[in-house]
Amino acid sequence: MAESDRVIDRSAPIVKARAAERPSGRHINLSRWAVVPTLVWTAIIFAAPIVFMVVVSFWDRVSGKLEATWDFANYAKFFSKSYLLEGLFNSIEVSLITAGISVVLAYPLAYVLAYQVPQRWQKFLLVLCILPFWTSYLVRSYAWSVILSETGVLNTVLLGIGVIDDPVQLGYTRGATVLGFTHFFTMLLTLTIYANLVQISKSYRLAAADLGASKIQVFLRITLPLSIPGIAIGAFITFVITMGDFITPQILGGSNEMLLPQAIILQIQRANDLPMASAMSLMLMITVTIAYFLFARWLRMDRV
Amino acid sequence: MALLRQLPGWIYLVMGFAFIFLPVGILVLFSFTSSSIPLPPFKGPSLQWYERLFSNERLVEALINSVIVASLSSLVATTLGFLAAYSIARNPSRWDGAMRYAVMAPITVSYLIIGMGLLISFHVMGVPKSLWAVGAGHVVINLPLCFGIVLAALGEHQRNIERAAHDLGASDFQALWLITVPILRPSLFAAFCLSFTLSWDEFIIAFLLTRFDVTLPVMLFEMLRSGQNPELNAAGSVVFGISMSVVLIAILFTISRRKPLTLPRR
Repeated sequence: MAESDRVIDRSAPIVKARAAERPSGRHINLSRWAVVPTLVWTAIIFAAPIVFMVVVSFWDRVSGKLEATWDFANYAKFFSKSYLLEGLFNSIEVSLITAGISVVLAYPLAYVLAYQVPQRWQKFLLVLCILPFWTSYLVRSYAWSVILSETGVLNTVLLGIGVIDDPVQLGYTRGATVLGFTHFFTMLLTLTIYANLVQISKSYRLAAADLGASKIQVFLRITLPLSIPGIAIGAFITFVITMGDFITPQILGGSNEMLLPQAIILQIQRANDLPMASAMSLMLMITVTIAYFLFARWLRMDRV
Repeated sequence: MALLRQLPGWIYLVMGFAFIFLPVGILVLFSFTSSSIPLPPFKGPSLQWYERLFSNERLVEALINSVIVASLSSLVATTLGFLAAYSIARNPSRWDGAMRYAVMAPITVSYLIIGMGLLISFHVMGVPKSLWAVGAGHVVINLPLCFGIVLAALGEHQRNIERAAHDLGASDFQALWLITVPILRPSLFAAFCLSFTLSWDEFIIAFLLTRFDVTLPVMLFEMLRSGQNPELNAAGSVVFGISMSVVLIAILFTISRRKPLTLPRR
């Protein structure tokens, strides 16, 4: 209350004087409770189910029914079955590779957009850059599978220009999954890095250049370090979404390896083992949380 | 000389955009093919796959389901997001930080986890899978976005207009409905449109929580199992087209209404 009164003091003294005549707090009561339905919805549909999922992960499926056994059997199984643990490691690997490649591809794009493209074109190109966001990720993955198929566009072009003599297996590989992910996150990282680059004051670069730094030195010692927050935020979002995505690896990846979300869905569909699927989901959540703390620390340290 | 130095940048820019647009371009191009596979060489153009698409009853039904789920869930998400943002912005208290965090929390969790939590809870409680469950889940994922958009648009200057309305005898509800909501209309509309496109596209929650009546993304996933087919290209193009239209309407609406809304100063 105190703070808002101060603001009004500055802008409209008359309104404040009148407002003070009113019985204090009369019109505030209704709006104070307006937040309750939202909190209740979030508690019932979001928080409680996830807590319940954690609870069920300590149960077991005994002869087709859920039983509250309260043990770590599912977790023991997760760490002892190599194909389940591999799912987690595959997911981490693919997410890290995706984040790495996306940063390398997106950085120059954001750099050219921020520093080379005339200002009046920047907004238009940014909007253009985010339009494909609105192809659903399912449709986008399907489109990539068409492009990568044995007689698809990419093989046809490569054969046509003589890079290869026979069609190459492009689809249904880990490379295809990474490509599908990278495509999406290059767009996203271009946005986060661009937003960071345009905030860096031009005078820093000019001052460094005046003091005799070459163009490469200006980039390596001024621009790049100052743009690390944009990279870190984008890379973190990339990691989180990639870790939890089922559709892209399901459509583009082959049957040779499985990522963790695919393994979770398989537990539900084939084995109908909800407690096991819960335990695996919790492992996914824990991994993402650990990543959050790693990224947060790294981000802060670089800002100091 | 300067242009020559800039040349690599421009080339990279063009290549980058080509990469970004490649899948959409191929998707739409081969939806107009007259051949039975969406692969080169391109033959056509023809509209036969769109005809097949709209005569596919299950697909049209899924499309209608998706529109209904997206509209209703976005309406609820926008309303709840607005109420929470309004309440927090107008009643500063020491709980602000905690409440903000509570409302924003779902954005930090994968859709897969949200869907799993709901699947297991509904399963144990014996609630059957349904489009209602999907809608409830979609409200959760869109609430933080709606809340954030509306909160960013709620400023002090509007509060003065609300106070003026109170002084002129408006009740709390009248001030909210006749003053605050109209002022926020562009933001509310933008929040609704963004929610709509996200709910409309969402796959994993819909996949986990439906059985017979499904949404469009789940239907497309089922179709994918039988392999590549230009009908899928046509369906994908329709999904893209509808999302794009919603986005463009949102942009046009918010830009045309972007006028400064402040009290005239004396």
